[in-house]
Amino acid sequence: MTLLPTSVRAASPPPAPTPRSRRRLRRQSLAGWGFLGPFVAVFALVFLAPIGYALYLSVFKDKLIGGTSFVGLENYTQALTDPRFWEGVGRVGLFLAVQVPVMLGIALLVALAVDSGRLYGKAFFRISVFLPYAVPAVVASLMWGFIYGTRFGLVGNINDAFGITLPDPLSPSLVLASIGNIVTWEFVGYNMLIFYSALKVVPRSLYEAAALDGAGEWRIVTSVKLPAIRGALVIATIFSIIGSFQLFNEPSILQKLAPNAITTDFVPNLYTYSLSFSGQQHNYAATVAIVMGVITAIVAYTVQLRGMRKG
Amino acid sequence: MSTTDLPGPSRPTDRRGGTPEEAASASYRTEKEAEAPSYRTEKPSGTTVRAARRRRPPSTPLNPRPSIPLTLVTGLVLVYSLLPLVWLVINSTKDQRDLLDSFGLWFGRSMNLFDNISRTLAYDDGAFVRWLLNTLLYVVVGGGGATVLAVLGGYALAKYRFPGRRAVFAVVLGAVAIPGTALAVPTFLMFSEMGLTNTPWAVIIPSLISPFGLYLMWVFAAESVPDELLEAARIDGSGELRTFFRIALPLLMPGTVTVLLFSMVATWNNYFLPLIMIKDPEWFPLTLGLNAWNAQAQTAGGEAVFDLIVTGSLLTIIPIVVVFLLLQRYWQSGLSAGSVKE
Amino acid sequence: MTTTRRSRRIAAAAAAVCALALTATACGSSDTSTGASPGDVKSALEKGGTVKVWAWEPTLKKAAADFRKKYPKVKIELVNAGTGDKQYTALQNAASAGSGGPDVAQIEYYALGQFTIGKTVTDLAPYGASQHDKAFTKGPWTAVAKDKSVFAMPMDSGPMALFYNKRVFDKHKIAIPTTWDEYVEAARTLHKADPKLFITNDTGDAGATTSLIWQAGGRPYKTENTDVKIGFEQDAGTKKYTATWQKLLDEKLVAPITSWSDEWYKGLSDGSIATLAIGAWMPANFTTGAASAAGDWRAAPLPQWTKGSKDSAENGGSSLAVPKDAKNKELAYAFIEYATTGAGASARVAEGAFPATTADLDSAKFQETKFPYFGGQQANKIFAESARNVGTGWSYLPYQAYANSVFNDTVGKAYVTATPLAQGLAAWQQASVKYGNEQGFSVNK
Repeated sequence: MTLLPTSVRAASPPPAPTPRSRRRLRRQSLAGWGFLGPFVAVFALVFLAPIGYALYLSVFKDKLIGGTSFVGLENYTQALTDPRFWEGVGRVGLFLAVQVPVMLGIALLVALAVDSGRLYGKAFFRISVFLPYAVPAVVASLMWGFIYGTRFGLVGNINDAFGITLPDPLSPSLVLASIGNIVTWEFVGYNMLIFYSALKVVPRSLYEAAALDGAGEWRIVTSVKLPAIRGALVIATIFSIIGSFQLFNEPSILQKLAPNAITTDFVPNLYTYSLSFSGQQHNYAATVAIVMGVITAIVAYTVQLRGMRKG
Repeated sequence: MSTTDLPGPSRPTDRRGGTPEEAASASYRTEKEAEAPSYRTEKPSGTTVRAARRRRPPSTPLNPRPSIPLTLVTGLVLVYSLLPLVWLVINSTKDQRDLLDSFGLWFGRSMNLFDNISRTLAYDDGAFVRWLLNTLLYVVVGGGGATVLAVLGGYALAKYRFPGRRAVFAVVLGAVAIPGTALAVPTFLMFSEMGLTNTPWAVIIPSLISPFGLYLMWVFAAESVPDELLEAARIDGSGELRTFFRIALPLLMPGTVTVLLFSMVATWNNYFLPLIMIKDPEWFPLTLGLNAWNAQAQTAGGEAVFDLIVTGSLLTIIPIVVVFLLLQRYWQSGLSAGSVKE
Repeated sequence: MTTTRRSRRIAAAAAAVCALALTATACGSSDTSTGASPGDVKSALEKGGTVKVWAWEPTLKKAAADFRKKYPKVKIELVNAGTGDKQYTALQNAASAGSGGPDVAQIEYYALGQFTIGKTVTDLAPYGASQHDKAFTKGPWTAVAKDKSVFAMPMDSGPMALFYNKRVFDKHKIAIPTTWDEYVEAARTLHKADPKLFITNDTGDAGATTSLIWQAGGRPYKTENTDVKIGFEQDAGTKKYTATWQKLLDEKLVAPITSWSDEWYKGLSDGSIATLAIGAWMPANFTTGAASAAGDWRAAPLPQWTKGSKDSAENGGSSLAVPKDAKNKELAYAFIEYATTGAGASARVAEGAFPATTADLDSAKFQETKFPYFGGQQANKIFAESARNVGTGWSYLPYQAYANSVFNDTVGKAYVTATPLAQGLAAWQQASVKYGNEQGFSVNK
């Protein structure tokens, strides 16, 4: 089990012997920050400073006419009561509830299948399923834009060939599912590999013991393999949750094809982008981003706690 | 592409297992090895274990045999993953006309792949090549730098006790939760103030941070570098830096390669940040360049070059796929140790 | 990794944050009035220097090359910094940062308002821009000039025309519509004859909608300094537009394909999108984007709201402006003047740009140009006629770029649900009013 807090504990060096402990601690401290320093410095520059600046921006208001003025927490009250923002939050919530389990489920099944050794061409499976992760979002959108086209795209081709009318994947009722499909496509392989690698190091002795007890293949999966890779499952879930809350590239690119289904406030991240980039409302956009960040952090943290407790 | 072309743990046995007899005898050998009590310590990679399991005639959890139904079912996911890529390959053989009016999943009237490639490379005074070189620069300096920082940082978190250590990752994870799109404007204003916009640094500096890389190296260092080794080196009077380079770094190599791969892919596919930071096509990465070509068809008087975009997309993917294939061996062993272990 | 290097980085980061805090309140205060004169422009040209241009219009390449030949001391750096919205965002960002922007920027007419009101572009009148007022056609000039100020120079224009696929119209023996009622009729006939054919495509496009309202005589926007009036409900032209367009939507006679997508180009290529009512700059896009349909398409005058009239409107078109933070404004103006007037403009027209200059519009060479793509038709005659008949008195909102960005959030509902178009426009108006008031304008008060 190497999810973060455990690994921290596991990774802690044994307590230092008391005699030299003071000097040791100082030396440890110095060397530790020495190694970590470069990361922290750059991190401060590209993450903390902009966040600090965003916090600063969030208490001001800048108007095209009238300039900048201090407004205190007004932007926050506005964000907390902004129906356009909460509608977007609801949408990513739904997305998260459906897409993340589906994606991780498929990834897990493929990982188990590859790991079971019961596939022909295992290496081919592994690399092929992973390939979409290497495709830049711009390119992926081009491909899926084609596939989703009801008139000239693949959906259209299928409709023509079979004389049927498939529902339009880019219609308002289906577009969220279509986006979910793209995200799933992009990240199934990535998650599959994380799971697969975790499965690879499950000690064989555990299987042997279970097999000797007469456990079947499925039984071994549920009672040996899955518990053994719980850490990977939890960390993949957390990163998927953060990814879902930050959903942006796919809706933003598909917006060109389905402008009426994907509105500018479709997901919170698109909303902040539109506020900032079309409306010049940098202050309010910063506020919405901060609120969204807090929500994400809370959800991710809750999942981590829950995931840990069961372990 | 066939299985045997792919490097990776299963390759040697794939080569070996030609006829059933050979396969059977091969698994007989490994079976005997597997029964040796010292098996786990002698063959820690686990490679031969599954190779052995795979070839055994009656399929049991311990001795699985390839199954056609399972392969077919999992094959659905494979088709799902590959179909859009097949579309890309097929369509990069078409000229503009075929692209617009022939069936998407089959070849057009003529074969234009090589013509498309040469035109893609030459269009706009060879802009594609320039963007490719830029991307390489960003990948090497940005992705490479991210790896260095993550390795050093992860090592520090795993092997030293110092104040603030526990807070670091919490802060990193919390910061990652803030949507990047909204931080773009503040970051832009800052970088502009520092005179970094429109320079390669505007892309490279933010690429230097890989939170997932830090996490991975932290876990990996905790697992793969024994404290006793470091302690012994210190007792011998080795300085901390020297200890790191002499003792720890070689042990960290698989994890390092993993992080390198992930940060390279991230930098290669980086789109949003350069979009805001770089306005001069001279410094565009490939993703921005392709998008600019795409946008060109959307402006009055602009030339529509869908054929070049599709071909360019294919060319953009190829290098990263090649790197995957070449390095997947390291990258899996790195991940295995990094993600989970009992 | 040494300690000094690390601490320097931290210090640099800290300095950057402080600098930000200072600029955040200080930006937007720099003045745009200068003591410039046409004479300064001349001496700037003699001195030479570099002009950085952000533009995506392709014929500017030619203008830049010619300019360099004429004034070897001046270097023109032509950069495509993104098109439309992306470039405006970059310009606004550069203006907030106070640096990093270009000396010359391409800005579409509809978006110019937000830059003039925020004083992020330079008044070009002191440099001699006002003397050109007679050189340009009415529509573009009124878009860039206000009172005694000239905020940009018209670079091209987009008087509207109807492009139609003659092959499709001939095959189904449909007459070219001259009124919008006939257009609806043609749409029905066409779609009935072959359900795969649509008279046009539309998924909600703010530019197209406002242009057609403009043609119908509607003037929903009125701006007087910071007093803004938005009135779609009472506007007669808007009513004409919604009544007609609602029929097309209700009967599903327009293809739900978004303009400029590759699907759209496919539709133009294979004839399933049979007409486009769009700006006269479209031929260049036809030639490259729908190459396989060469010979099928023709241009015709825009259908009319009242039989027998000749009303037209502008659709698209751009200007060149000088941002407030430009380093060498005299030189920047010199290039703009060259590229938009006289020989520079004519050279660009020869390259395929649609002129905003009356001299080019009226020239025999321009009017008699035969378009091989349109089967040898002298299409410019139709376009020039349209340019002369553009309705006067139209103005966009001073924040039209924002309004257009939320068009599909509001009016878009009419395209995907049973919401009537008029109701969609009312919602659009509401969103525009709200934003305007939040931004310190006095809208509909």
